[in-house]
Amino acid sequence: MRARTRRMGVVAMAALLLAGAAMLAYVGLKENANLFYTPADLAKRGGPTEGLTGKVGGFVAAGSLVYTSGTALTFRIVDETDHIDVVFDGVTPTLFQEGAGVVADGSFNSEGVFVASRLLAKHDENYVPRELEGVQGPQS
Amino acid sequence: MIEVGHMAAFLALAASMVQAWYGLRGNRAMAAGMAFSALGMMALSFGLLVWSFVSSDFSVALVSAHSHTFKPLVYKIAGTWGNHEGSMALWCLVSIGFAAAGAWRLKTGRSEFEARALGVQGAVSFGSLVYLLFASNPFLRLDVAPLQGSGLNPVLQDPALAIHPPMLYLGYVGFSFVFALAAAGLIEGRIDRGWAKATRPFVLAAWVPLSLGIALGSYWAYYELGWGGWWFWDPVENASLMPWLLGSALLHSIIVTEKRGGFAAWTALLAVLAFCFSILGAFLVRSGVLTSVHAFAIDPLRGSLLLAGLMAYGGAALALFAWRAPVLKGGPDWQLMSREGALMLNNLVFFVATFTVLLGTIFPLLAEATGRQMSVGTPYFNLTFAPILAALLLVLPVVQDWSWGAARVKLAWVRGVITGAVVGALALAALWALGLPLGAGLGIALGIWLIYGAGRELFRRSITISRVFSMPLRVWGMTLAHIGIGLFVIGAVVETSGRYEKTVALGAGEAAEIAGWAVTLEDVRSAEGPNWYADRAVLNLRKGSASAQLSPEKRYYPAARMPTTETAIHKTGFGDLYAALGDRRDIDGKIVWTFRIYYNPLIDLIFFGVFLMALGGVFAAFGGRGSMASAEPDAKRAEPQEADAMVDAEEPEVVPPAEVLT
Repeated sequence: MRARTRRMGVVAMAALLLAGAAMLAYVGLKENANLFYTPADLAKRGGPTEGLTGKVGGFVAAGSLVYTSGTALTFRIVDETDHIDVVFDGVTPTLFQEGAGVVADGSFNSEGVFVASRLLAKHDENYVPRELEGVQGPQS
Repeated sequence: MIEVGHMAAFLALAASMVQAWYGLRGNRAMAAGMAFSALGMMALSFGLLVWSFVSSDFSVALVSAHSHTFKPLVYKIAGTWGNHEGSMALWCLVSIGFAAAGAWRLKTGRSEFEARALGVQGAVSFGSLVYLLFASNPFLRLDVAPLQGSGLNPVLQDPALAIHPPMLYLGYVGFSFVFALAAAGLIEGRIDRGWAKATRPFVLAAWVPLSLGIALGSYWAYYELGWGGWWFWDPVENASLMPWLLGSALLHSIIVTEKRGGFAAWTALLAVLAFCFSILGAFLVRSGVLTSVHAFAIDPLRGSLLLAGLMAYGGAALALFAWRAPVLKGGPDWQLMSREGALMLNNLVFFVATFTVLLGTIFPLLAEATGRQMSVGTPYFNLTFAPILAALLLVLPVVQDWSWGAARVKLAWVRGVITGAVVGALALAALWALGLPLGAGLGIALGIWLIYGAGRELFRRSITISRVFSMPLRVWGMTLAHIGIGLFVIGAVVETSGRYEKTVALGAGEAAEIAGWAVTLEDVRSAEGPNWYADRAVLNLRKGSASAQLSPEKRYYPAARMPTTETAIHKTGFGDLYAALGDRRDIDGKIVWTFRIYYNPLIDLIFFGVFLMALGGVFAAFGGRGSMASAEPDAKRAEPQEADAMVDAEEPEVVPPAEVLT
């Protein structure tokens, strides 16, 4: 086989693979890149819309944590100016508590409440979720 | 004492610099001598660092920040590399160790080439030591020594995590020596069969520990984090997966270079890239630019230094490649449908897969540059990475018996189609009978297909069953690795699609049901260990006549002032029953505890599959030894053994390789 023919075959195969991968990556990123919102971001956006999926983060407001059943709970995420109400059904991370930083994965329901499927809390004493760098807690 | 270690590290730095100088000028004896001296110095330095952890010398800043007298001895030792500075010291030790191993084992008959490889490795060690001593110095003392240390992050106090970092570093840094060999070959303008024969064991010496290190990390995440899963597409996991994928591509392309002298430039490029991605991984993990479950201290200076190192070494190597690659000679002519073509497809797929992982990993960074914070989750990787690799695995059993140069196309197609149809039909029938969803069905069929293919290839090469066990280790290595992939695929697919997960709140004496098992909470008691105390739940499980007890804990480590989750796992033979204890809640005066309970079917196959791949790598490393000269094209006498050892050029029906020998 002549080297040029072979090279064209190799290039065609590579191009095909790359095109396929690029297409999958485009679809994958379009559908699965989750935006992160602080309460202030959300207010700037004009509030939540139903089905808005992504991450929200801030601090668990003091006095807002209520267990509604054995495993379900509601709480409010706050930053300096705004808030987001969250419901969650599951086991909370070990360092999840009122006043602590938290990041939640999930989507908004029709009442503008964020239904979280997973909570990430502060990992240890020295570590703040990176999304929360620069987010100020409420004035106390 | 630690000052001696500090001085020794500086001496190792000097020795590495001299090693680079003499090595690059082609003086093998001096470079080798310097490599051994540097190893002695660095071993002393690292040993003293370990000793200060063992003896709890809290006047050393690093020890006081990461150790504690109550910690068990093994975690005092492992604590040395359980933090950024100490792990960089280990990195330097491994880098110098590879140089010394090269000085000792590298016998190619090409002394200038060997000297240059040692020289490049000396430069790598030098860069690592500069980074260690000037940006992450572990040898600093405190002015006032505290009476007690603040303890190692308790989630890291775990046997798997004690050996996970050394394994990963053997992998990452091992690729630095492969990189050095490639650079030396490029300087010489000879990336040929002899080069490949000398380099391949070092590729395996990096790839095998990297595989084990990744698997250990994954296993740790599975049982320690309490999230039930084994792979989260976390940036840190991706950082180790990318060099692994490129290393796997390199392992396959170097076979073509070794057997045929082909793919020379491509193999050299992969060797350079595998190392660049190792440094990129270190950068992603240590600079804190990405959100991750790993909580290394974040320091922008370290990040920019690593990035500068990546630019300097990677840029120099790529420039060298661009300059010298045209000089390299190719192998004999080949058709697209040949072993070369099959291995090229393998390489294209691994390469593209690496870049889909890279894109998903750094996309949040790119997005942040435009002012938005975002994350890319598992669905992206499942959509891109999985089908691309699945396509490769699907064709593997068909293309693996294609011969060098040109496959007998008709025979190959007929065989491929017939066996594929038979195995596929059998697998799908079995699936239909088991009632699994289509995606899982295809995954299991793919796994069976791979295992069947690996077995068939083994028998094809051995010709008669009785000779299977006298096959060369290299062939066994390949067979084991490919069976390992098949088992991994089955485990991964069944676990991902068949996992049950349930969150329950139980009071004492209450019961719940998961995957057919009745789970009853007996009670929750307090427990105590050497440096922790805990709440320990006792869960009784019952399914028909089978019963088991699970005791998940929630531990509190006073020294680190943080709680951890200790999951409990019961192996049923087909999967794991897995429980994590959540928190205690008071609901209208009634005390309940929350639990996350999972059933993870066939999860052990995932880790066992990776273990088999690594074992295959060990076999392959020991199966291909021999001096560089015997692989030179002019040493024709060695040829038939070569053919037998790995990949015979002929169809066995035509010329059985064993008969060539006799």
